[in-house]
Amino acid sequence: MVPTTTERDLRLDLFRGLALWLIFLDHIPSNAVSWVTIRNYGFSDATEIFVFISGYTVAFVYGRSMYLNGFLIAAARVLKRAWQIYVAHIFLFAIYLAEISYIAHSFENPLYTEEMGVLNFLNSPDVTIIEAMLLKFKPVNMDVLPLYIVLLLGFAPFLWLLMRVPTIALLASVAIYTLSWLFDWNLPAWPQGVWVFNPFAWQFLFIFGAWCALGGAARLSRAINSPITLVLAIVYLLFAFGIALTWHIPTLGAFVPSFVGDLIYPIDKTNLDVLRILHFLALAIITVRLVPRDWPALKSPWFKPAIMCGAHSLGIFCLGVFLSFAGHFVFTEVSNRVPVQILVSVAGIAIMAGAAWLISWYRIIERQGSGSGSGSSTRTQAAKPSLAGGDT
Amino acid sequence: MSGRRPWGLGVPVSACLAALFLSLGSPAHATNPAECGVDGGPFAIAFPMQHVKKAIADKSLSILVVGAGSSQLPGPNGAANSYPARLQQSLSRKLPGVQVSVTTDVKSRRTAVDMVKTLPAELAASHPALMLWQTATVDAMQAVDPDQFSQALDKGIRKARAAGADVMFINPQYSPRTESMIALGVYVENMRWVAVQQEVPVFDRFSLMKAWSDQGTFDLYSPTKKLDMAERVHDCIGRLLADLVLEAAKPTPPADNN
Repeated sequence: MVPTTTERDLRLDLFRGLALWLIFLDHIPSNAVSWVTIRNYGFSDATEIFVFISGYTVAFVYGRSMYLNGFLIAAARVLKRAWQIYVAHIFLFAIYLAEISYIAHSFENPLYTEEMGVLNFLNSPDVTIIEAMLLKFKPVNMDVLPLYIVLLLGFAPFLWLLMRVPTIALLASVAIYTLSWLFDWNLPAWPQGVWVFNPFAWQFLFIFGAWCALGGAARLSRAINSPITLVLAIVYLLFAFGIALTWHIPTLGAFVPSFVGDLIYPIDKTNLDVLRILHFLALAIITVRLVPRDWPALKSPWFKPAIMCGAHSLGIFCLGVFLSFAGHFVFTEVSNRVPVQILVSVAGIAIMAGAAWLISWYRIIERQGSGSGSGSSTRTQAAKPSLAGGDT
Repeated sequence: MSGRRPWGLGVPVSACLAALFLSLGSPAHATNPAECGVDGGPFAIAFPMQHVKKAIADKSLSILVVGAGSSQLPGPNGAANSYPARLQQSLSRKLPGVQVSVTTDVKSRRTAVDMVKTLPAELAASHPALMLWQTATVDAMQAVDPDQFSQALDKGIRKARAAGADVMFINPQYSPRTESMIALGVYVENMRWVAVQQEVPVFDRFSLMKAWSDQGTFDLYSPTKKLDMAERVHDCIGRLLADLVLEAAKPTPPADNN
C-alpha cells in the first residue's frame, strides 16, 4: 500500500501539537494546571496520541520515500531520523545534568538526606554518562525519545512489510505485543529495572498508526462510521471516566463492583495495557467523527499555534521537556502558588508556539535560499518530510 | 509522562469498601500540637489490626519500624527526635498502662527487596505486634522494576504475618526539590494497590506532607542545615502515626470517620 498523495492532514499536526502541550503540563510536578489533561479523565494519556500520530506521519513520509527511492534509501533516512532524535535526547540529558548539578550545590535539608541521594550519581559521571548514552540510564520524564529511537530503529522492515502485506505486518505487531506480555520482554535499564515505556508493547500503537496511514484508516472507515462503534466508544469513554472519578473522589469507589476492580487493575502503562489502547481508540473514533479532515476551522488562526507545534514535533517536544524542568525550577525558587502555576503553564505553551513559529520561519528562508539552484523535481520534493508530514 | 499523582492510577476502588478512610489531624485528635493538623485528606487507609488490638488488651505493644533513610534524622539526637521515637512517646501517652516499645531496623539506601532480606531475623528478635514498613523512596530512586517492588511488599507482608505481626505501610516523603528527579508515582500507586489487596493500612505520608507544604505549615522548599523543622515534621508524623495505630486497633471500627 502506497501513501496517498493528498493535501496534508492538519488534524495530525493539531492533535500532536495538543499532545505536546499536555505532555509539557504533565511533566511539571505538582502543577495544578495538569488537571486539565486527559489522563485525569480516563485510562490513556497524551503519550498514546503522540506515539500513534508519530507512527502515522513516519509511515506517510518514509512510505513515500520507499515507494519512490526504494528500501535502502528510505531505511537510511529512517535511521538518520533516529540519529537526530538520539542527539536531541543527549542534548536534553545535558540540560538535566546542569539542573541536577545546580540543585546538588544549592539545596540542603536534613529532612531529605535520603532523597538527596538521587544526586549521588554525579559522583560517578564515568558510569552515569555512558549508561545515559547507551539509553539505559534515563532520568524522570526522559523516556519518550528513547522509545521513539528504538521504534525507528526497527521501523524500516516493518514499513517494507506494511507496504506489501499490511495485514501481516499488523498481525506481526500484535504478536510482538502479545509475546512481550507473555514472556515479560522489555529492555534493561540502569542502575536496574526495565524501560518505563516498553518498546515491545508500545510498538503496537506506532505500527498501528503506520498501518492507518498506509490505507488502514480507509479500510476501517466503514467500521469507524458505524453507529454501533460510536455507541461502544461513548460507553467505554463514560466507563473510563467513571473509574477515573474514583481516583480523585475515593468515596465513589464504593459504587464500583469488586469484580470490576479485580478485572481492570492495575492499569499498566509500561506495557501499554489493553484498557489504555481501547481508551485511545475510543477517543480517536469520536475525534475523527467530530473533526472531519476538511473542517474549515482547522485553517483558523486559533488552531495555528497547536498545528505549528505538531508540525515540528521533535524540536517542540524537547523544548517542552526543558520548559517543564524550568517550570519546576520556578516553583521551587520563586513561588509555587496556584497563580504562578497557571502563569508558568500558559507562558510555557506560548514559548512552545513561538518556537514552532520560529522553526517554520527558518524552514521558509532555508527553502528560499536553496531552492533556486537545486532544480529538484516535484516528485522528490513531495518526499521531503517538510512537505509530506512535517518532521516526523 | 510517568504518572505523578501519588494516589492516582491503580487504586482498587471496590476493595476500599472494606477500608475506612481517616482524616488525620482532625479536631478529634486534640492532643496534638496545632501545626500537625491539616485540612483535607484522607491521609490514610485504615484496616483493622487484630494483633495490635490484642497487644493493647494485653498491656504490652511492641512495634518494629522497618525503614530507610527517611525514617531517621542525622545528628547526636537523631534517634530521639525521629518519628519512631516520637511514635513511642505519643502512644505511651495515649495508652496509659500499656507498655509500648519501638525497635527500629532503619538503614538508608535500602529498597523493599533489601529490607525483606533482613526481615526474618528482625521479626524473630523483637516479636512485634506491628511492623511499620516505610519504603518505596529508594526503589523509585533506583527505578526498581515496579513488579519486583510489589512482589517484595507481598513477601514482606507474608513474613510479618507468619511471625504474628500486623503490617502498616508508610509511603515516601513529599520532597518538592527532588520531585522532578524521583518518579515516585508508580511505586506509591503499587504500594497502595498491594495494601488494599492485602488489607494493610497505609499512612499516606506523601499527601500529608504535601498538604503541610501547600497550607504553609512547614516550608519544605528552602535550603537549611538546621534540624529544627525536620524534627517538628518527625514529631507530627510520630503523633499522627500513633493516631492511625489507635484508630486501626479500635475494638469496633466505625464505618467512616471523615
